[in-house]
Amino acid sequence: MPLIEVKNVMKHFPVQKGFLDTLFTRQKEFVKAVDGVSFEIEEGEVFGLAGESGSGKTTMGRLIVRLIDPTAGQILFAGQDIATIRGKQLRLLKRRLQFTFQDPYSSLNPRLTIGNAIADALRLQGIGNKSEQKQRTMKILERVGLSPASSFYDRLPHQLSGGQRQRVVFGRAIILEPKFVVTDEPVAMVDVSVRAQILELMKDLQDEYSLTYLFISHDLATARHICDRIGIMYLGKIVEIADKDRIYTDSLHPYTVSLMAAIPVPDPKAKKGEALPKGEIPSPINPPSGCNFHPRCPRTFERCAEEEPALREVKKEHWVACHLYD
Amino acid sequence: MPTLLEIHNLSIEYKTRLGTARAVDNVSITLDENKTLGLAGESGCGKSTLGRSIIRLVPYPGRILEGEILLNLDEDVPYENGVVEKGQINLLQLDGDQMRALRGKKLAYIFQDPMTSLNPMERIGKHFVEIIKAHEPDTPKEDAQVRTKDLLEALDILPERVLDYPHQFSGGMRQRVMIGLGLTLTPQLLIADEPTTSLDVIVEAQILNLISDLKDKFNLTMMLITHNLGVLAETADSIAIMYTGRIMEVAPTEALFESPQHPYTQALLQSVPDVRKPDRKLSWIPGSPPSLTEPIPGCMFRPRCPHAMEICATEPPPLMKSTSGGIVACYLYEGS
Amino acid sequence: MSLKSYVVTRILLAIPMVLLLLTFVFFVIRVMPGDPALLHFERRVDPAALAEFRRRLGLDQPIPIQYITYLGGLFVGNFGLSMQDFSPIVDHLIARFPATLELAIYSMLFAVILGIILGVFSSKRYDSTTDHSIRLFGIITYAIPVFFLGMILQLIFAVWLRVLPSGTRFDPHYVPPPRITGLYTIDSLLTGNLWAFMVSVRYLILPTVTLGLVLCGIFIRLTRTNMIETLRKDFVVAAEARGLSDSRITYQYALRNAFLPILTMIGLQFAVLLAGAVLTETTFSWPGLGTYIVDRIAHRDYTAIQGTVVFYAILVAVVTLIVDLLYAAFDPRIRF
Repeated sequence: MPLIEVKNVMKHFPVQKGFLDTLFTRQKEFVKAVDGVSFEIEEGEVFGLAGESGSGKTTMGRLIVRLIDPTAGQILFAGQDIATIRGKQLRLLKRRLQFTFQDPYSSLNPRLTIGNAIADALRLQGIGNKSEQKQRTMKILERVGLSPASSFYDRLPHQLSGGQRQRVVFGRAIILEPKFVVTDEPVAMVDVSVRAQILELMKDLQDEYSLTYLFISHDLATARHICDRIGIMYLGKIVEIADKDRIYTDSLHPYTVSLMAAIPVPDPKAKKGEALPKGEIPSPINPPSGCNFHPRCPRTFERCAEEEPALREVKKEHWVACHLYD
Repeated sequence: MPTLLEIHNLSIEYKTRLGTARAVDNVSITLDENKTLGLAGESGCGKSTLGRSIIRLVPYPGRILEGEILLNLDEDVPYENGVVEKGQINLLQLDGDQMRALRGKKLAYIFQDPMTSLNPMERIGKHFVEIIKAHEPDTPKEDAQVRTKDLLEALDILPERVLDYPHQFSGGMRQRVMIGLGLTLTPQLLIADEPTTSLDVIVEAQILNLISDLKDKFNLTMMLITHNLGVLAETADSIAIMYTGRIMEVAPTEALFESPQHPYTQALLQSVPDVRKPDRKLSWIPGSPPSLTEPIPGCMFRPRCPHAMEICATEPPPLMKSTSGGIVACYLYEGS
Repeated sequence: MSLKSYVVTRILLAIPMVLLLLTFVFFVIRVMPGDPALLHFERRVDPAALAEFRRRLGLDQPIPIQYITYLGGLFVGNFGLSMQDFSPIVDHLIARFPATLELAIYSMLFAVILGIILGVFSSKRYDSTTDHSIRLFGIITYAIPVFFLGMILQLIFAVWLRVLPSGTRFDPHYVPPPRITGLYTIDSLLTGNLWAFMVSVRYLILPTVTLGLVLCGIFIRLTRTNMIETLRKDFVVAAEARGLSDSRITYQYALRNAFLPILTMIGLQFAVLLAGAVLTETTFSWPGLGTYIVDRIAHRDYTAIQGTVVFYAILVAVVTLIVDLLYAAFDPRIRF
């Protein structure tokens, strides 16, 4: 049984409008942030969700840890529908599912020492007494490489570097010994020379705590280094899922192809082949008909505007939502 | 090859509560005509401050301490009280009016965040008319409007959108507008400071293509400031690597990627992921850069350097010729 | 949403707001402890006379009926009768309001213009002696009590130097200009009476300057902080990098964008001023709404107080409406 099963999940946010608009417009508008997404994550796997801003990948991550509730669809954690869990069980569930935010600058309270920031997770869950909490926090600080812990415990977030702050964020996530961690762009705000170190830390923590990760990123080069499988999102839908190598070497969806071609490569001799799609990702309020990507797609044909392609397994373990492969 | 810009021994300081930080420390660098120089480094290395110093708009409370910025001006540029004469001029000796005459006309600057770089109260077209009128006050408004529409067409933006306001444009389109504004008066030097960092990867590629097309069309010399070495690999002719306000290495792009000389460059390149090579082991640089307010003697990279020697703690290494055809500030190459 | 539908909906929305205000004022006066009619008389009064008094003012009716009569009356411009002489309150309001309006307009203009000029000046010379002096000036004028400043100015200019008159709106020996708008400066110009214009201006100077000085502190402060913030924004730096002129950057770029919070403050302060700058009007014996309501309070004239407060409420609603419409006219992000 997969650890996480996402079944046709949708999340539509009502468009934030002024009081006046709400009064006088009858039709409600929605941002279709996640619009019918299904995938599974196996235990012990690093699953990547990649796509441009506005593709819905972060919303998808927040849905899985139940930071927000879906408009429709089901999310199963170890076979159990997380929407039906209540009360004490819910608190236990939230301990098992953790989320790390993209921006360690704003996700840490600037006036809270990092020791307290981490110990807070225990306090909120009512685990241990004060001295036990401190002891466990010290251990975690060491574990995430903020050593010696005693010198870091009382520091404030602004006294740390970007990489160190990201370590605090991971410390706070794993102190509750979760099963599953969603990490939203964990290295986007970290200088490139220390990124690999954070990725290494993630891998080590995974081995030690037998974690499963959902790795959300716009950076496919980094994703390819850490993920086992990658799903590509575009305008609230998954267009392709495959093994991290095949999604690059054997990209099927035209969007994936152009996304891969656009990635800057640190090699002056590399040749750029594929033409780029025109324009930019459209608004998720009124997405295009049929296949979302058809207005920008270099290989579009009639059917694409009329019928929405389903995500189908066209090769072994390789899923794509495109009429070209019917 | 004729040089367009020469910077000699430039130093810039910021006075902060924590002390004085030397953001640019004795930097010398040369830009050849019609070439793109990439300026790379991590956050806080001083690359943006260096870029901003060329247009003499170092952010408050930064101050240019010493040095020369020599621009080879290709024609006389009139200003209110006279003319800046063609030939080599030291930008640091110009007064406010003279500098203003050169900004936008001979020196163009593109900023990182297109979302906040346009006046939200002004129509897109007005931005163009405004810069034309500022530098060529005799141009009739109608001519300026015609030129604006032509420019927008070259940028792949419908000319009728001159009447739109910035908030009606997407990020990619706003960056096109910023580029267009930079090129309106066909400047000699275009400085692009992280022009694609806040854009998504496909739009980033579109913008980079546009910049390289326009660079050929307008015979531009360019300085591209970015932390993204992948972007530079695609666009730059040569690359300068900065660390803690100092130039560590300058080399032609291919040479820099093929045989990086400075230990910092080597380590930096090994930490950049390459989507084509997922199996290559990524490494990182241990520790973090020393604080600029408490600089250490000698080479600033020494505490993180795998090849550190005794001499590295004495004086900052001067830039010397490297075997790859560039220059490098490292004692490893002394006497070789 | 288009500008038109914005304006229409905004006006429609003002109606329930005003209704709410009116209802609130009515019930606050009703639920206050004590019988308004009884409280009006200081001594014991004959019960028959009291009943007659109540009947004439409609205070003998049940509260819901009173409420309906009150709302219905307001609809046709009937603000009730004064307890003192049963004269219609609306007559007093019409007689007094132009004086208040005239003072409010001129002192507001004085405060806004002086405040913005000094604020802009201060922000451009951030952290200099000029900046600190202007800030100090702003704090002093803001902190100084209006009656104190009024008396000092009166003492200097009206008593010692005898260059300016003080008290009332017009020379008591002559007839003021015929009433058209009720604003003497406007009416005298409309009738072509320059002499009357000069007189009314002379009478306006002291109260206007007093009130204007006290108010300008807020505008200095607000303009300064918003300008400092805006001058550091990307689009301002980008405009500097295009070589636009200093005045264009200061006004078209920075001030236009810094102006919205100032506009809000103008609206708020203007609404307060229209309600009658009570202290100023008393200090200068200015025959406006402020002195009127002070007088009515002294006479425990509850119906007049209610009528005046209702008038204030409507004024506040109208001013907020105008500010919101100005916002839309000003900011393209609201318009489109």
